[in-house]
Amino acid sequence: MPERDMVVDESVTSVRLKQAFAEAVLDQHAEHGDDTLTVRREAWREVAQFLRDEPDLRYNVLMDLTAVDYLTLGDGGRTPRYEVVAHLYSLSHNQRVRLKTAVPDDDPRIDSLMPVWEGANWFEREVYDMFGITFDDHPDLRRILLYNGFEGHPLRKDYPQDKEQPLDHNAQDPTFYMNKRDDAGSETRHMFVHMGPSHPAMHGVIHMTLELDGETIVDGDTEIGYLHRAFEKEAESHTYTQVIPYTDRLNYVSPLINNVGFVLAVEKLFDVETPERCQYIRVLVSELSRITDHLTCIAANAMELGAFTVYFYFIKAREEIWKLVEAICGARLTTTYTRVGGVMADLPAGFADQLAQVLVLLHEQMHDVERLLQKNRIFHDRMRGTGVIAPRDALALSFSGPVLRSTGVDFDVRKTTPYLVYDRLDFDVPLGDSGDNYDRYLVRMEEIRQSVRLVEQCMAQMPDGPVQLDDARMTMPPKAEVYGTIEGLMNHFKLIIEGIKPPAGEAYVPVEGANGELGFYLVSDGTGRPYRCRVRPPCFALMQGLQKMLKGGMVADVVATFGTINMIAGENDR
Amino acid sequence: MWVDVLIILLKVLVVLLVLIHLGALLTWAERKQSAAIQDRIGPNRARIAGRAAMGLFHALADGIKMVTKEDFVPAGAHRTLHTLAPAAALFPALVVFAAIPFGDVLRIGERVIPLQIADLNVGIVYIFAISSMAVYGTMLAGWASNNNYALLGGLRASSQMISYEITMGLSIIGVLMIYESAQLNVIVQKQGELLWGFLPKWGIVVQPAAFFLFLAAAMAENKRVPFDLPEGESEIIGYFVEYSSMKFAMFFLAEFVEIVIVSGLVATLFFGGWQVPYLYADGFHWPFGLGVWQLPHLLVVLLQVAAFGFKVLIGCWVLLTVRWTLPRFRYDQVMHLGWKILLELAFVNLLITAVVVLLIT
Repeated sequence: MPERDMVVDESVTSVRLKQAFAEAVLDQHAEHGDDTLTVRREAWREVAQFLRDEPDLRYNVLMDLTAVDYLTLGDGGRTPRYEVVAHLYSLSHNQRVRLKTAVPDDDPRIDSLMPVWEGANWFEREVYDMFGITFDDHPDLRRILLYNGFEGHPLRKDYPQDKEQPLDHNAQDPTFYMNKRDDAGSETRHMFVHMGPSHPAMHGVIHMTLELDGETIVDGDTEIGYLHRAFEKEAESHTYTQVIPYTDRLNYVSPLINNVGFVLAVEKLFDVETPERCQYIRVLVSELSRITDHLTCIAANAMELGAFTVYFYFIKAREEIWKLVEAICGARLTTTYTRVGGVMADLPAGFADQLAQVLVLLHEQMHDVERLLQKNRIFHDRMRGTGVIAPRDALALSFSGPVLRSTGVDFDVRKTTPYLVYDRLDFDVPLGDSGDNYDRYLVRMEEIRQSVRLVEQCMAQMPDGPVQLDDARMTMPPKAEVYGTIEGLMNHFKLIIEGIKPPAGEAYVPVEGANGELGFYLVSDGTGRPYRCRVRPPCFALMQGLQKMLKGGMVADVVATFGTINMIAGENDR
Repeated sequence: MWVDVLIILLKVLVVLLVLIHLGALLTWAERKQSAAIQDRIGPNRARIAGRAAMGLFHALADGIKMVTKEDFVPAGAHRTLHTLAPAAALFPALVVFAAIPFGDVLRIGERVIPLQIADLNVGIVYIFAISSMAVYGTMLAGWASNNNYALLGGLRASSQMISYEITMGLSIIGVLMIYESAQLNVIVQKQGELLWGFLPKWGIVVQPAAFFLFLAAAMAENKRVPFDLPEGESEIIGYFVEYSSMKFAMFFLAEFVEIVIVSGLVATLFFGGWQVPYLYADGFHWPFGLGVWQLPHLLVVLLQVAAFGFKVLIGCWVLLTVRWTLPRFRYDQVMHLGWKILLELAFVNLLITAVVVLLIT
């Protein structure tokens, strides 16, 4: 499109890329502020390599990699049919770029990015699983969320949503991994252990295959997808408002952050900003959710190490926060609190007092837990030096959140890409230095404190005012207007039946989820339903690094490391 | 003659019943105590005639549940050994108590009844011999289940129990040196003597280091947190993962009976057994010449038995509290602690004790 070429502020990235690959860059735009580059499929890996290695670009993190099927876009769709989309982040220059390339229907293949970023592994497997696009040079391209006997690729637009699938229990050979190795030459035989899907520590349902030499882990594999509920496919057939309840179930330990992230992405498509009070409330509920998430993580972690009492201390504190959440939005877990353009309702009366009481209790419980754990030699022995990951590996594997920060890498979306009112609030980002389980525990404990600070500042700074944007495109008219005026009635009818209709375009919004960068990538075709709704789940990236962190450790370390990674299956498997 | 046999049978019956019931009651105590520690209410649902009795009936409900559940033997398991293992685990726990004296002697007319099932002159050796057999139960359970997790649990259990037995044995030798006997009743009697005229010569006074070593090693033998890695319910579920019904209950009962045994041994060796300070066969002899308080024989015996029971219960309480306070060790850390720290300390303690005993005598 000609207008796009006239964008004044052309980013450094696109200038440098065009210099280096004049032929390869097909299109460039910066809709909604997202720097976007479309490149030729043949140059995909070269461009990626260039973006990573060029000193003034240094896109060292592959945040997300997904695809979009444009078969039914507008009238007759678009050729080439698929688009593979990568979201890159440069830690040293704090900038983001969206890299896209078209993949035709008759030859759905593309170079794998694994030689550039190791973390492309699972993301590419998911694209293969969902779209049937194959990645050349990918060492381990097999289905990831779905099972082997699954027919078709569900996120393709021509995949019928009500298609029945054969449920062949033998489709997935449980010993697929076991047969891979040959230990005939060794003196002792290695033992293979299946951890999960039914195992007390594999909460959220996950399956690990471990190869053991005595108690030492030699090798292993992680199998996910047991909680796959086709969130992304479901979103395509629901209005934007109807998707919000589904986001509750992504990270079900901190559902409010998902709510906030999703509506922020829709609002980005509209290019609107919500009223100030609403923004403060959104920060407030996000931080409350972060606290509940970290409490749950540390509690479950300690329980799995055998310190059962800690679990109850923290769950008690979490319970009180959930009561607060219930007071705010009427539900403890299935919150569905945010709306496009605002939040469901203002804070309830007497909230400030209730919150103050809860924070006192939280402080007491944290004090107790710190004395139970941090002054305990056994806890130190179990956590220190186990599940270690180097910052380099963590970045290559697309890590983010507390796990990345425990390695000493200073990356927090709330600081690097401030959204809502985070830039007006004062908080620190705690960093570890050794990247082991103990540092992850410490980072989470400190983040709870920082979240408390944020919550307190929100309560102090929050102005009065509306909590919902007065915009007929997204906000329901008041009931009096619906019943009293024809415009109000029509507006209400359109919003309910057809849904909110953001302008056509695409937007990616990252928020700092409890486990790291939670990204929502929305493609709108101008109708009331998202054309594509992609979630960048933070623990998906963490989980692909799990085996690396476990290798060489002992069986008992599995629970400690898996616990501090804090996989939430709802988000991981979607 | 037949009266003697009858008395012995009666003693056996009483000790066995008390032991088993105390074990079952400990399951209740563990739940209620953990609930108190964890800010919970604990079990309070099982009712008889509308009374919950602080959840006491849950022990009963558990028994009924265990008996009525399906007894499952997995495919590929060694049926005989799989069935034998729970018995092998419970048997040593039940018979160890035979050598532990729970009172001095009871005189009824002409008859003198020692309050102990068997006053063996090698009491300590008997206890070690029997309790070391407990490892067979766990090892067999792990091996016969045809399950990798159970096997890991069995391996962990056997290596841990064998390792800690050495420390346990060594820590006791100091006690034996000081009391110059392996006969438990004699050890207890000698703990009634006074040091400097006022301090009871209890094991903990003369052998404090041995007490801590013994307690740590005994907890490891008992396989409870922080040494519960053969069970490790969140890692490998344990050597009894393939057990159900009463067989499973037997493993659990064995664990709780072992708690009583450990408490009993600790009380006997380090806390004067049935001794009450300054209480002798004819009453209290207060130190510093404060006089004598005469008591009837039956009351003295009752006091002594009650003192022993009290000490055992305190021991159980300590063991339960530890369970709900600490996280679990890792396999290599347990081995490190056992072989490189506790064993060395036990040797040093032994050496010091030997030198001191030699110098004094």
